[in-house]
Amino acid sequence: MNRGIAELRNRGIAEIPQFTNSAIPQSPLVRFLRAVFEVTRKDLLVEARTREILNTTIFFAISCVLVFAFGFVREGRPVQDAAAGILWIAIAFSGTLALGRGFERERQGETLRALLMAPIDRPALYVGKLLGIVILLAAVEVLVVPLVALMFQAALFSHAALMIGLLAAGTIGFSAVGTLFAAMLVRARSRDVMLPVLLYPITVPVIIAGVRGTAALLAPEADLPMARAWLSMLVFFDVVFVTLALWTFEPVMTE
Amino acid sequence: MAADLDFQKLELLEVTRTFGRRRALNKVSMTAGAGTITALLGHNGAGKSTLLSIAATLLQPTSGSVRFGTHDGRNGGRALRSRIGMLGHDLYLYAELSAAENLRFFANIYGLGGVERRVDAALDRAGLAARRDDVVSGFSRGMRQRLALERALIHEPRLLLLDEPFTGLDESAREALRARLRAARTDGAIVLLTTHDLAAIADLPDASVSLVDGRVQ
Repeated sequence: MNRGIAELRNRGIAEIPQFTNSAIPQSPLVRFLRAVFEVTRKDLLVEARTREILNTTIFFAISCVLVFAFGFVREGRPVQDAAAGILWIAIAFSGTLALGRGFERERQGETLRALLMAPIDRPALYVGKLLGIVILLAAVEVLVVPLVALMFQAALFSHAALMIGLLAAGTIGFSAVGTLFAAMLVRARSRDVMLPVLLYPITVPVIIAGVRGTAALLAPEADLPMARAWLSMLVFFDVVFVTLALWTFEPVMTE
Repeated sequence: MAADLDFQKLELLEVTRTFGRRRALNKVSMTAGAGTITALLGHNGAGKSTLLSIAATLLQPTSGSVRFGTHDGRNGGRALRSRIGMLGHDLYLYAELSAAENLRFFANIYGLGGVERRVDAALDRAGLAARRDDVVSGFSRGMRQRLALERALIHEPRLLLLDEPFTGLDESAREALRARLRAARTDGAIVLLTTHDLAAIADLPDASVSLVDGRVQ
């Protein structure tokens, strides 16, 4: 009999209460998806209250497009292929801001420790954070894409389905790597400097595929097979990056 | 569903933890049983918080082992984590969410049933039922502390770990916290708390472990 039981009995408590598991029985997939949903919903709820990331990233992305527009539009005519590059630069730069801030929030109240202690699969935490970032960046893109189309007279909506595919696949690929690195760096003192230093070299293939795919769509004669090829490349990068991130997230988050 | 992993004893056996060259814990051994409150005493930097992090499975010992009843801490995973509640010096609350939203989020993350009933009961115990929809950033330290304690207890953990829980509380809030911890002890929880304020814990602990420079004195 351990000391605790002895003391309970001294206090007139006959038996140690058996603690039953009060969790609802769920299949692993349902449990995983539920954790993803809860983490994403919480992130979006916090963002809806503060609008901190959304306002910052939108302001940054719009500023970026406007500044480039002054440099690359001469006498009302944009430099060829500039629109594609500037669109993806705006997405990548504003995405970096969103990624850093998304995990900074979890560090401030040490809520990341509470999440790591929760009985959820760690990859579910990763996917939940990733989805939150992707949704925020999608909101930024809703404003930035029409702005780029307007400033650079770019026919970004001529092949809307392919354009949406490129944007979705590119955003997922960029955010997949970024979410992993932002989580890795959350306790690092120089995280704000380290995140872009680590992130941009790894995501260069995603940015290049996004730029080339978009440029193929914006060419005077839209090169649809080329755009589809770059989209396939982006989907391939997404699969590789998300798989690697899911595989490494648990060891990365274990101190 | 997590395997129904319960335990009635926490044992640390020769636990050492180093950070680079610094040895935060040096061959620490201790036992805490169900229905007891154990105080970890020591000055800042003595290794108390490191020990709690190891007991919480957030840190792995460099050497030695942690046993939760018959289960090894290294193999516990999700099932073991569902049995542990922790209140850190930072309170693990989202300042932008309301009291009810914080509790609801953690209840859902733990996969609990009867979430609204649990949230209502926890808010009642914390004396925050009237402030349930107020965001936490507007709460006083004492109110946040009470909410954070209920957050740590919402899944009825067997092992409750508290890092300096009395810091920043006035005497009435301290007495309320002591009463809540006595109730957890009566329910059979293993309570492990760190403090350097002996007056605050009064006659609460059943046992104490004193740490000096990472060693048990």
